[in-house]
Amino acid sequence: MAEMMAAGKQPELLFWVGCAGSFDDRAKKITRSLAKILHACEIEFAILGQEEACTGDPARRAGNEYLFQMMALQNIATLDNYGIKKIVTACPHCFNTLKNEYPELGGNYEVIHHTRLIQDLILEGRIKMKEGGSFKGKKITYHDSCYLGRANGIYEAPRAVLEALDADLVEMKRCKTKGLCCGAGGAQMFKEEEKGSLRINQERTKDMIESKAEVVAAACPFCMTMLSDGLKEKESNVKVLDIAELIVQQNEL
Amino acid sequence: MQYIQAIIFIAVTLVTFYFFFKKGKEIYNNIQLGRSADIQNKGGLKSMILLALGQKKMFQNMIPAVLHLCIYVAFVITQIELIEIFLDGFTGSHRMFFHAVQGSMAGEGMYNFVISFIEVLSVLALIATVIFLVRRNLLRVPRFVMPEMNGWPKMDGNIILYWEIFLVFCIFLMNGADAALYPGKYGFLISDNIIAPMLSGFSEGTLHFMERFGWWGHILGVLAFLNYIPYSKHLHIMLAFPNAYYLEETPAGKVENMPNITNEIKAMFDPNFTPAPVSEEAANEKFGAKDATDLTWKNLLDAYSCTECGRCTDACPANQTGKLLSPRKIMMDTRDRIEEIGEGIKKEGKEFKDEKALLGDYISEEEVKACTSCNACVQECPVSINPLNIILQLRRYMILEEAKSPEEWNVMFNNIENNMAPWQFSPMDRDKWKEELEEAE
Repeated sequence: MAEMMAAGKQPELLFWVGCAGSFDDRAKKITRSLAKILHACEIEFAILGQEEACTGDPARRAGNEYLFQMMALQNIATLDNYGIKKIVTACPHCFNTLKNEYPELGGNYEVIHHTRLIQDLILEGRIKMKEGGSFKGKKITYHDSCYLGRANGIYEAPRAVLEALDADLVEMKRCKTKGLCCGAGGAQMFKEEEKGSLRINQERTKDMIESKAEVVAAACPFCMTMLSDGLKEKESNVKVLDIAELIVQQNEL
Repeated sequence: MQYIQAIIFIAVTLVTFYFFFKKGKEIYNNIQLGRSADIQNKGGLKSMILLALGQKKMFQNMIPAVLHLCIYVAFVITQIELIEIFLDGFTGSHRMFFHAVQGSMAGEGMYNFVISFIEVLSVLALIATVIFLVRRNLLRVPRFVMPEMNGWPKMDGNIILYWEIFLVFCIFLMNGADAALYPGKYGFLISDNIIAPMLSGFSEGTLHFMERFGWWGHILGVLAFLNYIPYSKHLHIMLAFPNAYYLEETPAGKVENMPNITNEIKAMFDPNFTPAPVSEEAANEKFGAKDATDLTWKNLLDAYSCTECGRCTDACPANQTGKLLSPRKIMMDTRDRIEEIGEGIKKEGKEFKDEKALLGDYISEEEVKACTSCNACVQECPVSINPLNIILQLRRYMILEEAKSPEEWNVMFNNIENNMAPWQFSPMDRDKWKEELEEAE
């Protein structure tokens, strides 16, 4: 972003990468996929790069309001400094915080999750779907991220993208409003679960295997980790791929 | 005889209504013990009509929804007959509405239609009630047999159902005996055609007694029930309405802001910042909630609106995987605790204090920590209760006031503060993925 600013350019879109997308090796692949899609659609976008900081979502959910607001006010200052208007992110937690929680602290932006953006790009014909791609007819199920679904009512955008792949979309028994959490939300990602009979991702793994899908589509880097771990433990061949990765693979971007 | 009955009736009614309103006022006062709630976008009449009156969210589960609807509609429509019973009781008359229209074909037809309609609904309600009893006690539907349901909550659920059976029994005894006493006078679908023939062998005196027993049994049952409701989970039949009205309509993912902290941080960033004046209540507020009185009045209204159905707990990922957390228990504990504080204040005055608190004595830290904030409980609740909101307030108290966070969370907090990310990576590496992208290209 700083480079663009120096060149006197204002990008149409800011890509908020998020911490998982920046540092987690698996999630970095999602980041690169979304970047490829944006490049392919010739959308001029910027990232904050080293100036980006955690939105504060896990801190707030863990009860540390102080730390959350420190991060939020700092990020709002950075975003406003660059005059950012529109933000896309591949992380539903960043999405929720930027969209719903920053306005109260003075940060007002148009925030869009990458599943929505991809859906729009397909509808506008800017992503040209390849006929008979690698996912045609494949059984794919979609795992609803809590922070996209119940938290923000986004159930259809990711499914619309899967339909555009010409895949055979199957639903797990718990989906949409009744979708089962992967276990990572509410700052659980950063600690062991409390004592219980199972871990939450083990419970969700049963649903994934039962669906008989070959691919589980996810739309959240935390879900990605949880679901992959759950499947790995069961030595399952089912793959977990992000919506952005599916688009990149299908169209060989 | 008529006068004596009317006098007894009036006396009983006045006494029971007095006690009902007295308890109602206590509940109102208890709810007022909560701090003020900043409801920015309330659901209003629309959500009251959809959720409470229309039971929209009940239909997320079809079978219980239909059964519940039978009881609900029967309850609402029976109020018409109840009005007549009350008027008869006050004036010592008998079936006042019928005698007002007697002789007119249309009037009698209408009266018979209404009573017959109520009779059909009563039978449906009776069937639903029996199925509910079976589900609770024989089929042992999982959400009804969880630990927090042991003892009083289980009994409460059954008492209500048996009570409903008694009320329906009385209605049919009253109508049936009346129909048997005066064949051809009325035209009640079930009482005239099914129950009256069954009672035909009884003497006129016995039938009179049955009719009176049914009448008094029903009205005394209703009045007693009215006084039972405020002590019971059944309070939802009233409080579901205001609770849906005050529902917060922002996206479920949004967590309530703490303006006090915003002021502190703004002052830290900018020494010239002067915070907007805050109310005394807000200035004295502790961070987060330790006790029920630290919660908002809406949280407390939520607790009183809960009918302990357990849809929230059934959907809770933590509960499904054997963790202690149960969103229903959060609501039940909150209600029990605010009742306890209310009782204390009644006895010892406003200064009442005991050694207990909601967090610690009712709800354990382990429960509070287990939540994934997935909103499944909020989504499921048919009367728009939000257990997550309470859980997050308790967490705030644990972290901000008591610094009791799990060690791993402390690590996460430190990382965010020092590295701008919840993991220990250098902020300088944040855009490394870009290089890898360029390499690949």
